[in-house]
Amino acid sequence: MATEAKLRDDLDTRLRDAPRGGFTQAARVAARARLLAMGLPGRRDEYWRFTDPAELNAALPVAAEDPVAEAPLSADGALALRFDGGRAGPVPAAPAGCDIGLLGAADASDIHWAGSIYGTLEASGQMPVKRPFAALNTVTATEGLLLRVTSGKPVVQVEYGVGSRDSDTYLHHCIRVAEGAELTLIEAGRAGARSNIVIEVDLAPGARFHHIRAQGRDADRRTITHIFARISAGASFKSFTYGENGRLTRNEAILDIVGDHAVAHVAGVALGNGAVQPVLQDDTVFITHGAVGCESRQVYKKVLRNGATGVFQGKILVKPGAQKTDGYQISQSLLLDEDSQFLAKPELEIYADDVKCSHGSTTGAIDETALFYLRSRGVGKDRATALLVLSFLADAIAEIEDPALADQIVARLEDWLGLGEAE
Amino acid sequence: MLKIQNLHVKLEAEDKPILKGLDLTVETGKVHAIMGPNGSGKSTLSYVLSGRDGYEVTQGSAELDGVDLLSQEPEERATEGLFLAFQYPVEIPGVGNMTFLRTALNAQRKARGEAELSAGDFLKLVREKARALKIDAEMLKRPVNVGFSGGEKKRNEILQMAVLEPKMCILDETDSGLDVDAMKLVADGVNALRAPDRAFLVITHYQRLLDHIRPDVVHIMADGRIIKTGGPELALEVEQNGYADLLAEAK
Ligand SMILES: Nc1ncnc2c1ncn2[C@@H]1O[C@H](COP(=O)(O)OP(=O)(O)O)[C@@H](O)[C@H]1O
Ligand SMILES: [Mg+2]
Repeated sequence: MATEAKLRDDLDTRLRDAPRGGFTQAARVAARARLLAMGLPGRRDEYWRFTDPAELNAALPVAAEDPVAEAPLSADGALALRFDGGRAGPVPAAPAGCDIGLLGAADASDIHWAGSIYGTLEASGQMPVKRPFAALNTVTATEGLLLRVTSGKPVVQVEYGVGSRDSDTYLHHCIRVAEGAELTLIEAGRAGARSNIVIEVDLAPGARFHHIRAQGRDADRRTITHIFARISAGASFKSFTYGENGRLTRNEAILDIVGDHAVAHVAGVALGNGAVQPVLQDDTVFITHGAVGCESRQVYKKVLRNGATGVFQGKILVKPGAQKTDGYQISQSLLLDEDSQFLAKPELEIYADDVKCSHGSTTGAIDETALFYLRSRGVGKDRATALLVLSFLADAIAEIEDPALADQIVARLEDWLGLGEAE
Repeated sequence: MLKIQNLHVKLEAEDKPILKGLDLTVETGKVHAIMGPNGSGKSTLSYVLSGRDGYEVTQGSAELDGVDLLSQEPEERATEGLFLAFQYPVEIPGVGNMTFLRTALNAQRKARGEAELSAGDFLKLVREKARALKIDAEMLKRPVNVGFSGGEKKRNEILQMAVLEPKMCILDETDSGLDVDAMKLVADGVNALRAPDRAFLVITHYQRLLDHIRPDVVHIMADGRIIKTGGPELALEVEQNGYADLLAEAK
């Protein structure tokens, strides 16, 4: 872990490199102070006991092997753009009601609509659990999407590339969806040898946000992501993440439900095969219910083999007065051998009396009876196992609302399972 | 077709003998029934023949048309033409019945060096077989056995049998948990599959199934052995007098 003096030096360098005088300046300075106060995390920190942050703390990233080439996740009529090693490609022309800009281009201007978002949702998401890498991102990031939807239902498709083998990428996306508008955000690929991505999402009353993300098949990934969302009355937030392998992947979702009758769903499927490189796949979720009659749902499934490690830390906090809360959380792992492990920390903290909250976490192996049933019909062992993995994942996949995107995720899944040629 | 000689089987985990020198021969084209009290080892026999883990064969042999079954993987036995209709068909959420059936059929065809069936041809085949068993399209779309009634599960087993066209069919208590109408439907399905090149081993606790699937030969099993073999009249004897007399006689 970096010493405090070294961290201070490092942050000062980063701040020097960031644009000055722009609309993000104050947020960067504040984030620097926050980070200096909390320090970078170590294994003793409550939410870093299962996942070693050393490679995220290191001053420089380890050079990574190139990612496996994959078709991007795509949707008809999507507004597509790329970031390679943090460098943005051309911005597509946006339809009326949708405003797409880049942090890199806008940063120098002193007034911008994203000024009320950049670093703000991140800052409020630091309580009660520290998220040092998100603060580091706010200090450091010089590129990202500034995406505002005032009407309509645009689909924005972001494709990441690593740029170079030792890229250390910080991207910070700010999103606002206005009342009654809807946005679908698709992300796919690996953004750097090491990458740190923050997304801040502000949903106005009745706004709808769909997020679907595929973190590539490559094994040599070290990434940390945070989604901070502020969800107003009647708004709907839905996010699904699909990941394969990866040396270190930590995806945090910090969802703050501030208006009545809002909905927040997060789900994820992670497949880890540690045969070639170590795999650690961590989902850390914190959902705060601060309003009446809201529903939240967390559905996470992991399939682990050859020494892969899965981590799930999920919390539901129901604040005083958040009556009629419906909170659901399930995290399950399927271990395909005895070398792999799943570490789960489900938490409920409830300060209202009229709520319905449940959580469950399971770790299991392939069901021998079902395996025998399939094999007795002539299906070979590997294929039968693959079908049972699909079976295990089915209700997480069902969280993807868009059937075309669900099909693309299932295709990746079947490919990973070696079922590809069957269909 | 099926030839079992002096089969001894114990549970791997408990070192508990279950089959204790079982002899049984089923000829091509015939329907044999095995009746016996609960716990006599009927399901164990069906599992050992189809290759389920957890059992250890300590002595004896089982052959299907001269091919040693016991050294093969379950999927190889299926490809050889062995089929077990389960006493408790397994639910597999998230895997469609059609996907399951097509994967199974094509896996067998591939293993036998035959061309795989296209999606279209497969659909036609299944629809035709399903109609005869009064299985509707909705049931085919649902995940394997999930939310099926007892009768639907058993009909689904017979549908799989009809699609896979095995030569040796073992039915383990296919009548258990069925009302009379459901049982008739299942029995009709089985009878439709009777053929000169196919044999059946119908395992049942009660005689009533055998009113609908008329066996050529009836075996009585007790304590891991066949204790008596006869014609259909043996089933009626069990129906009237229970197993007690037969068991006493065997001792
Ligand atoms: N997996 C198992 N674990 C423990 N006992 C078993 C197992 N399988 C079978 N048995 C025992 O073996 C005996 C025969 O069982 P089974 O083959 O199911 O009989 P049947 O089908 O004739 O009722 C019973 O005493 C049963 O309890
Ligand atoms: Mg039985």
